[in-house]
Amino acid sequence: MTEHPSGLARKLASGLFVVAAELSPPRGIDREGIIQEARLLRDYTDALNVTDNQAANVRMASIPVCSIVAGEGVEPVAQMTCRDRNRLAIQADLMGAAALGIKNILCLGGDHNIWGGHPQAKNVFDLDSTQLVRIVRNMVEEGCLDNGRIITPKPEFFIGAVANPFAPPLEYRPLRLAKKAAAGARFFQTQLIFNVDIFGAYMAKLRDMNLTEKVYILAGVGPLKTARTAQFMAEKIPGIDIPEKIIERMVKTPKAAQAQEGMEICCEIIEQVRAIEGVAGIHIMAVSWPEAIAEIVRRAGLYPRPPAEAGPADENRISPN
Amino acid sequence: MHFLQIRLGGYLLRHPKLGQIFDKVLTPLEIVTKKPLFDCRMCGQCVLHSTGMVCPMTCPKNLRNGPCGGVRMDGGCEVYPEKDCIWVKGYTKSLILPWSEEFHEIRKPVDWSLEGSSSWLNYLTGRDKTFNDCGQTPRSGLDVISKNGELSSD
Repeated sequence: MTEHPSGLARKLASGLFVVAAELSPPRGIDREGIIQEARLLRDYTDALNVTDNQAANVRMASIPVCSIVAGEGVEPVAQMTCRDRNRLAIQADLMGAAALGIKNILCLGGDHNIWGGHPQAKNVFDLDSTQLVRIVRNMVEEGCLDNGRIITPKPEFFIGAVANPFAPPLEYRPLRLAKKAAAGARFFQTQLIFNVDIFGAYMAKLRDMNLTEKVYILAGVGPLKTARTAQFMAEKIPGIDIPEKIIERMVKTPKAAQAQEGMEICCEIIEQVRAIEGVAGIHIMAVSWPEAIAEIVRRAGLYPRPPAEAGPADENRISPN
Repeated sequence: MHFLQIRLGGYLLRHPKLGQIFDKVLTPLEIVTKKPLFDCRMCGQCVLHSTGMVCPMTCPKNLRNGPCGGVRMDGGCEVYPEKDCIWVKGYTKSLILPWSEEFHEIRKPVDWSLEGSSSWLNYLTGRDKTFNDCGQTPRSGLDVISKNGELSSD
């Protein structure tokens, strides 16, 4: 197997416990702010995911922001959702991403507009996330567009997808990951983990199916900033499972210390998920709180990060097609 | 069925006038039968068979490979919390069907040019099979699972 052009893929293949984090583009055109955040997080992470109109709110587009942070020495992961683009726009944007040197694409369905900033907008969903993975895979492996047209050279992307171990039907979730893996996804980022028991059971299923030998699982973690955020997320954000005892812990903490407690809980969860066989790394999500990411990486004993370099090729991973 | 597809479908393609007559008859027939039964949206390329007999076009995100990660803890839809997720229903129903493994197939993107036409006619004429997945054979989630692995759906 030749060396993957993606630095993230190489680090995962080397067996390193990877730290990825999320970077939210600005609600505006503040390039300087992006650069500051990239410089802050550069040394604490192995890759930064740049979100694509997260929570259905308009922000600067993912691909140009990826290009900006790459200029600061960050390994970017471009997020691509199906909510805002049809298959033409998606393929066009992917070509642009390839030309800008972006090597990692994370494929998502995307939050529906009804809960976002433009509830009046048309929800595109021309493709679903599995079909999007397939389209990217076909571009990369076959150099082939969705209509069968050939493009040369082929783009080089390390293809990722998302997984939510906590949403019903729980027994189907590992099989859903299998379907995305069959479509072509090679790394997965999970929904925020607060319920480690359910996540552990999910990972056990993946191991039973030998999927952890074939794809990389990055466990999604993040700090709760306040007790109110915890309650809000538990009640309002679909697909997130926060156990009562974590909410209680946040509520019992005095307001001024809640942010610290949130980071403490996050570090504890990191320790627990690290111990689970088959977890290849973590993905830290802290919306509008980049300082917390650096702090968590330090406290979790994951700092400093090793420099980007090629690791030994991992022969066990399934061939791309 | 396959025989019918090749002979009749081929014939209809060669005789567009007759095809139009079939279209006039089959399209309303499909609407009046499948609309009340499945809330059919006439996408023109029916996959009910593999989705637990629940129409995927009734999903607010039009997912053909669901459910998404936004299903609420009580099984409610991300978009309309008061409604049940149609994919949770479809998955549950698929388990009791003799062909339950079809649920794991990767369903291709919707061909929107077929919207509103009869999926029965499109099946006969093969018009619903234009997508070739770049020469690849259709895949299923079960393809990547080792034979020793336990499958909760089996």
